Amino acid sequence: MIRRLEPQSGEVIDRESPLKFTWNSKKYVGYAGDTIVSALLANNRQVFSRSMKYHRPRGVLTADYWDPNTTVQVGTEPNVRGAHRLLEADMKVSAQNAWPSLDFDIKAANGLFGRFLTAGFYYKTFIKPQRLWPLYEKVLARFAPGGVVDLNTPHGYHDKRYAHPDVVVAGGGPAGLAAAISAAKAGMSVMLVEQNHRLGGHLRWGTDQDRETADDLEESARDAGVEILTDSAVTGRYDDNWIAISQRDHPGVVERLIKARAKTLVVAAGLVERPYVFSGNDLPGVMLSGAVRRLINMYAVRPGNRAVVLTANAEGDAAVADLERAGVEVARVVDARAGETISKAAGSSKQLGSVTLADGSTVKADLLVTAAGWTAPTSLLNMSGDRPSYDPAAARFFPTALPDNVIATGGLVGDGSLDELIAHGISSGELAAQRAAAVKHRLRSTVTRAQNPQGPEPPVQPDRRIGLSRAPHPELYRSDTHGMVDFSEDVSSKDLVSAAAEGFDSVELVKRFTTATMGPSQGKLETVNTVAVLAEARGETIEEVGTTVWRPPYAPISLGALAGRVFEPVRVSSLHEWHTAHNMTPILAGQWIRPEHYGDPGAEVTNVRTNVGIIDVTPLGKLDLRGPDVPKLLNLLYTNKWSKLPVGRVRYGMMCAEDGVVLDDGVTGRLGEDHYLMTTTSSGAGQIWQWVEMWLQTEHPDWQVHVTPVTTGLTSINIAGPKSRELLMRLVDDVDLSAEAFEYMNVRTGTIAGVPDCFMWRIGFTGELSFEVHVPAGFGLHVWEQLIEKGADLGIGPFGLEAQRIMRLEKGHFIVGQDTDGLTKAPTTGLRALIKLDKDDFAGKPELEWALAPEAPELPVLVAITPTDPRLVPDEACQILREGTTEIVGRITSSRFSPSLQRSICLGQVTPEFAAAGTTLTVRLCDGSDATAKVMEHHAHFDPEGVRLRG
Amino acid sequence: MLLVPCPHCGPRNSADMSYRGEASSRPDPASTTPAQWRDYLYMEHNPAGWLRENWYCSSGCRRFFTVERHTVTSEFREPPLPGSKTALPLSKTAEAGAGTDQQGGEK
Ligand SMILES: [Zn+2]
Repeated sequence: MIRRLEPQSGEVIDRESPLKFTWNSKKYVGYAGDTIVSALLANNRQVFSRSMKYHRPRGVLTADYWDPNTTVQVGTEPNVRGAHRLLEADMKVSAQNAWPSLDFDIKAANGLFGRFLTAGFYYKTFIKPQRLWPLYEKVLARFAPGGVVDLNTPHGYHDKRYAHPDVVVAGGGPAGLAAAISAAKAGMSVMLVEQNHRLGGHLRWGTDQDRETADDLEESARDAGVEILTDSAVTGRYDDNWIAISQRDHPGVVERLIKARAKTLVVAAGLVERPYVFSGNDLPGVMLSGAVRRLINMYAVRPGNRAVVLTANAEGDAAVADLERAGVEVARVVDARAGETISKAAGSSKQLGSVTLADGSTVKADLLVTAAGWTAPTSLLNMSGDRPSYDPAAARFFPTALPDNVIATGGLVGDGSLDELIAHGISSGELAAQRAAAVKHRLRSTVTRAQNPQGPEPPVQPDRRIGLSRAPHPELYRSDTHGMVDFSEDVSSKDLVSAAAEGFDSVELVKRFTTATMGPSQGKLETVNTVAVLAEARGETIEEVGTTVWRPPYAPISLGALAGRVFEPVRVSSLHEWHTAHNMTPILAGQWIRPEHYGDPGAEVTNVRTNVGIIDVTPLGKLDLRGPDVPKLLNLLYTNKWSKLPVGRVRYGMMCAEDGVVLDDGVTGRLGEDHYLMTTTSSGAGQIWQWVEMWLQTEHPDWQVHVTPVTTGLTSINIAGPKSRELLMRLVDDVDLSAEAFEYMNVRTGTIAGVPDCFMWRIGFTGELSFEVHVPAGFGLHVWEQLIEKGADLGIGPFGLEAQRIMRLEKGHFIVGQDTDGLTKAPTTGLRALIKLDKDDFAGKPELEWALAPEAPELPVLVAITPTDPRLVPDEACQILREGTTEIVGRITSSRFSPSLQRSICLGQVTPEFAAAGTTLTVRLCDGSDATAKVMEHHAHFDPEGVRLRG
Repeated sequence: MLLVPCPHCGPRNSADMSYRGEASSRPDPASTTPAQWRDYLYMEHNPAGWLRENWYCSSGCRRFFTVERHTVTSEFREPPLPGSKTALPLSKTAEAGAGTDQQGGEK
């Protein structure tokens, strides 16, 4: 019988604040300060889960964050650590992975499964035949651990924080607290991160004097200005002390990821108690000494009636004293230091009944407490490059070599009295402060052009701390029977022995084959036992076997915290409000929200072809180029020639990367003697800016060109359709817009609707007579609204991206990245005349020269394609096949139904053999059927002579 | 995450930068051979030691710069100026045995 004790002097529960909650739909009451597990134990509930493979009932093992047996579901939140999460009013807690039910005795089935579920079982059994996998999956899903994810779970608020503390201390036990205090007193900004809800580490379940010391240290830390995070964990340490911290105690935020750039990191992670391996070690009623001490001293829970205690250290002895004080009958103390040990435990499947000692005697007990030793959680040291080494005399691993900016203290480095631990922490904090000061100095002086205000760099302080001694400890890993090594993954020592027998001789391989150490406890409880069992099986020492490498994260972190808030900006043009107010169907194009259409893209096309339409093309990349060397730059970036472009003219150009692949395209106009406006594709705007800067900064720093990105500084509107000139003339007085004075591919600067300094050029992406105007963004809406108003009698209407895409496809204009890909070299586009190999140099020239040489293999060809069935619009990316075979000879790159031609129109890339006009193609459709199509003579399906756009 | 020493902005997170790869000079397009050109385009020497490389300070000053980085210790130094033989140390956060297990991943 487990029950709540009389008030204990160190208890953390508030008996004045009872909390009602449910466990598997039954009502219980606990207290504020209880964890879910302590409240349930106080109500005499002992079984919290069933194990992953064998579905054995499991009770409390460690009663802290790392407990492998007490993972529960809370409301819609799965995989909650029940021995860590604090109880809240009206919490709905349920067991997970409890098939067939928590209380059903599955002993009979156990043996059956046990025979099959050996190491490597999944690999060996389910690999073949593949067709049966869906069936296996269905059955296995019932066995699988984990809770239930509710797809309707409300979104929690997660956040990120960037911090630049001088010192981060991982671990708020006595050594970590002391280090934080002394570093802060030395003038450093310090962040102290503790995984538990209170600071103090093991002092919290110690004597009254221990708790007083913890309270004093905590007060000093607050006084010294240490930033304290509880219920939080340092989950990773990366290059140059980039520290990831998961914080769960920040008000209003479920979980926050802090990315801290620390100058020094102090690791004071303490020690994790290690389970002992023996038959029956996972029976409910078998607990570690730390669990018993926490339950009695912090939660006032009596963990059993009659106990056997295996002790190898002072913590075990203290557990005996705690048990006796709590009224538990201690039937037998087995002292490992005197060579005694236990052999195995037995009982019903749900409760320990008796313990058999190594001498063969059997003792009846409902509680077996083991204090078999410690695991040093050296994860953060591993992540700093350390390879801890094993000391058999102390029966644990110790750090070896750490970088200057990582300092370990406390139980990780040795043992000692409380005073010695605190003294070591203080000297570690001082060392951390000194080294942080040196790093600070160095970071400031890294700006080479800056005057160094601080004088010469201080030398890195040598480590002059007085070390902690290592207390002797018996090596206690496995009894003469086999038992559970990994409780979360259900891996027994027998599995490890058979894996060794199968030839898995490396600990890293054994880990992956058996999945030992890969469960939610992440090796904190299992790693050293895994290594010890493997060493024993192979007749080697633990040092020879070595350990697995601990990787981030130290403790689990939620996906929500990793995702955090979205930092990616969403971009809209100055006309966005208007679009929204006028029935826009939005589409996300890169970072931009753009109108896809305003109701009917087909009607928008017809209106542009018949009357006049306007489209917001602000996302077009725009670079303002000034300086005498702009023509040299344009000659270098584009494949065609730019030296003789007169003022007032616009030219189309195609850019290639250095491998000859099409990078971008667009028009550039000469606005003045030394003034040009370059446009890029909308998606390439950022990339091309960087590309331009790269050439100017690295290859031609002597060229006089100044580049200013003006993409959002100008609102860009394309006015297209046979009535576009008539419309624009109503708004422009100072520029002659007549066909004779303002020809196709010209640019003028003038005043539109009273707005001066607007650029307007005649280009023809849609295939219609069109003027593209670039207006200072602050006046964009004004000009747009004036166009709409003044064009009312001309039948003006806005059109969206979809109508534009249809019209450009009717005209056969390709889109970089849609009709070309990362392998499409410039000649494929058909614009051979734009590739001027007689220029001295341009980006990609050597590759294009070789690609166009007579002996070079022919490149794929971009062609216009019409399906035989005029109503059939094949999906983009459909493959084109050689008839009667599955040989791929091309693909459809763009396809739409043309409202102007009332038939299907496509662009596609094909091999040269299939590129001739009139060739019949076989297109494999998405449903697996084939359709025929024909290669057209021109890229342009519509107005191939370009009469309309030149008009 | 590496701290990359931008000569203009000072030390900045590598996520604030674009890595531009090994610094190598562009062959003369008039005389280059396919082998030379493709070596320049595609081949990285990837030494375990000092490497001269280009970075672009894409979220900062937007300048391209060249530094030398030790690929084992992540130490940075300024490349030698033309005509000088010694490199200047920029950061001494060389870390014993670092560099192999900081990629995250399965456990
Ligand atoms: Zn910079």
